[in-house]
Amino acid sequence: MTGLFSEVFLGALMFGAVTAAIPLLLAGLGEQMSEKAGVLNIGIEGMMLAGAYLGFVGAFYSGSLWLGFLTGAAGGVAVALIMALLCVRIGLNQIVIGIALTLGLEGLTALLHHFQFSRSYPRLPAANATVIPLLSDIPVIGPAFFKHHLIVYLALALVFGMRYLYRHTQLGLNLQAAGDKPAALDVAGIDVIKTRTIAVLTTGALAGLGGAYLANVGAGLFIPFISNGAGFLGIVLAMLARGRPVWVLFGALLFGVCLSLTTAMQVAGINIPTDVIQMLPFLAVMIMLVLFGRRASLPAALGIPYERGTR
Amino acid sequence: MFLRLWAFMGSLSSLPGADTCDIVALAGVTKRFPGIVANDSIDLSIRPGEVHVLLGENGAGKSTLIGMLSGLLQPDEGRILVDGKVTQITSPRHALALGIGTVFQHMMLVPALSVAENLLLGGPWWQRPRIEALEARVAKITRSLGITVKLHARVSELSLGEQQQVEILRAMVRNSRLLILDESTSMLTPKGIDELGTLMRRLVKQGLAIVFITHKLKEAAAFGDRISVLKLGRKVGEIPPERFRALGEQEIISQIVDLMFGKQKDDPEAVERPIRKVSVEAAPLLQVTDLAAAPTDNAPGLSSISFDIRPGEILGIAGIDGNGQKQLAEALAGQRVTTGGSVRLEGTAIEMLSVGERRQRGLRYLTDDRLGEGTVGTFPVSINFFLKQVGAPPFWRNGFEQRAEIDKRAAQLVREYDVRTPSLKTPVARLSGGNIQKVLLARELAEGAKVVIFNKPTYGLDLANTLASRQRICATAARGLAVLLISTDLEELLSMCDRIAVIASGALVGTVENVDDARTRVGRLMIGLAA
Repeated sequence: MTGLFSEVFLGALMFGAVTAAIPLLLAGLGEQMSEKAGVLNIGIEGMMLAGAYLGFVGAFYSGSLWLGFLTGAAGGVAVALIMALLCVRIGLNQIVIGIALTLGLEGLTALLHHFQFSRSYPRLPAANATVIPLLSDIPVIGPAFFKHHLIVYLALALVFGMRYLYRHTQLGLNLQAAGDKPAALDVAGIDVIKTRTIAVLTTGALAGLGGAYLANVGAGLFIPFISNGAGFLGIVLAMLARGRPVWVLFGALLFGVCLSLTTAMQVAGINIPTDVIQMLPFLAVMIMLVLFGRRASLPAALGIPYERGTR
Repeated sequence: MFLRLWAFMGSLSSLPGADTCDIVALAGVTKRFPGIVANDSIDLSIRPGEVHVLLGENGAGKSTLIGMLSGLLQPDEGRILVDGKVTQITSPRHALALGIGTVFQHMMLVPALSVAENLLLGGPWWQRPRIEALEARVAKITRSLGITVKLHARVSELSLGEQQQVEILRAMVRNSRLLILDESTSMLTPKGIDELGTLMRRLVKQGLAIVFITHKLKEAAAFGDRISVLKLGRKVGEIPPERFRALGEQEIISQIVDLMFGKQKDDPEAVERPIRKVSVEAAPLLQVTDLAAAPTDNAPGLSSISFDIRPGEILGIAGIDGNGQKQLAEALAGQRVTTGGSVRLEGTAIEMLSVGERRQRGLRYLTDDRLGEGTVGTFPVSINFFLKQVGAPPFWRNGFEQRAEIDKRAAQLVREYDVRTPSLKTPVARLSGGNIQKVLLARELAEGAKVVIFNKPTYGLDLANTLASRQRICATAARGLAVLLISTDLEELLSMCDRIAVIASGALVGTVENVDDARTRVGRLMIGLAA
């Protein structure tokens, strides 16, 4: 019997936290970009599912995880394209369309999975970890943080890429203006619809990648509803992070810890019903909303379709 | 007609080959929106080194015109010529590329970004914003204009005047040759307005063309070189620079007043005012003394409002829309908290009474928001007649609706007020605006009315219903009731009122007897001149 603070438990907890945080991080960063540009992207859960399914299919038939990530991202973009067309170009209600996309994709991916894999339940081989020399030799922390698949490190690098994008590039300025005062961007000569479309498609790619990670690296297989609210947690993260990518990272790690508690406790042999543990991330959401939600300042034009000539 | 032909010939001569100095010219430009003609074949020439003032009331079509020049709207007819060439300004980006920079009435800056970031907005997206280059350029421009701009301050921290300077600066940074200022003085302090005027003079001296939109006559006369007057979508006159210089300020102002408020010969609504006898000795039915209310975020407050209305009299309230008309009506009806002053109905103070109590004593208010505030759209016509009596006998007894009583009385009112409705059960929102207004009239003028406040009673109605409503209002006064008629339609007031008071920024700035020269005197008061 090992205790709560044993090496095994801590190692499993931290390793699991990082694994669980990556899809949340990708979803959160993606959602953040849409929200910055003024689109409340509720369809992100559906984009993750599309990414998870297509990512798994791609990886399964090609035998390459990287090709799987690519097809996963493409799946997310495909769903985002519908969102961009309906909500950005035509200007339909973002919440209604987002919910419809999420529900639709839940059904569609479950259905496709049923026809294709319900007999065989294929699994992917375990993902190859990229072991970082020296650092991975540190006890407890080493294996927890420095023995992951390469995509994990890329996702972490993306946090700082996003930070640079928002702070130091013209596109970052345009995105922020599209969400705060789209009319100002329009009269500055930048196409608001195009800017928002770019943001929504990027969200789709990141969410799809996150979904593919869930299926290919996290689970090694696709099951219906595999995203299990990860997209919605991404929305919460984006709202709480107030436009700062680094905060999304912190939030994702915090949620990741909550999510990985289940596995870690089983590993450590502590018996708590898994249902209780699975509630933790959502409890954490509520606590964080109470603590920080009041101060969350969202872009002024969030959720409002842009139409030229109306104010 | 002659003027239009002349301008058309003028635009012909500005086609390629002919020498011209117009940067931008409009030739017969028309823009329609559902139900209205916002711009009706407008001709305009905009030249470098000139401040071209577009003067007109709200709804005259100024903003539509600006929308077309800045690429936000496309004309339905007519042509826009840029440098003498027919050009379709397809988008704001295109307008900027042509050298047309616009400072809109509503600030077009992103509040969460810094001034520098706002100025950089619109650069190629793959580039890093070039702050250093911008700083050098801004320094050069601000020096030549004698203004200072805090480049690294957040826009939300700047005053409105400072934000406006940033917008002008933005147009200059983008090499604009034509600067459009849309109602730019409306949110500025008097000092800010003077500074803007100085800035405009400096800019035109540098060879820029400016289009300056305003409804304030004094500013037009003070800052302009050329004035075009718009009225109900049509250009009714122009004062070119030669004439502008030759005339004194007073003459210019009186000319413009004639153009803006002068009688149009083809006005179908113009009717002779019937002479009513208002007994001067009769005690006023409504006496308002020093009524005041606090301003809110989107409405001016009320101050020093005093007037009397005698039985059988119609007092008009004229003014440019949004100057406190609605606030005044609501304050009188008890729907808005007042901070001072008294309202007396037949000599009894009522300012402390609730909306319902005031109504019971005979004070009635016909709102201009017929569907929002005046009726419940999904309720049947019959119930809407008694909305303000819900629960009261004989239409309700012990909390139960008396259907038969309601229908009997409603049918009577439908006949009496000529409400065209398929049935009493029809939801009131399905009726036309004119018929909804009749429902309101029937409800408010019903038994016990002594003083009636009409807020824009004919707004949005067609001619037949407009005339019917006016007739009803006159009949109300003829019955010996006191009528307060709030309207932004000067013709309407002139054709009906005994006296006309003018409201500006929430205060009554003067009251005029409706006799021969009332039109000019009211017009002068409306644009901020002493009568």
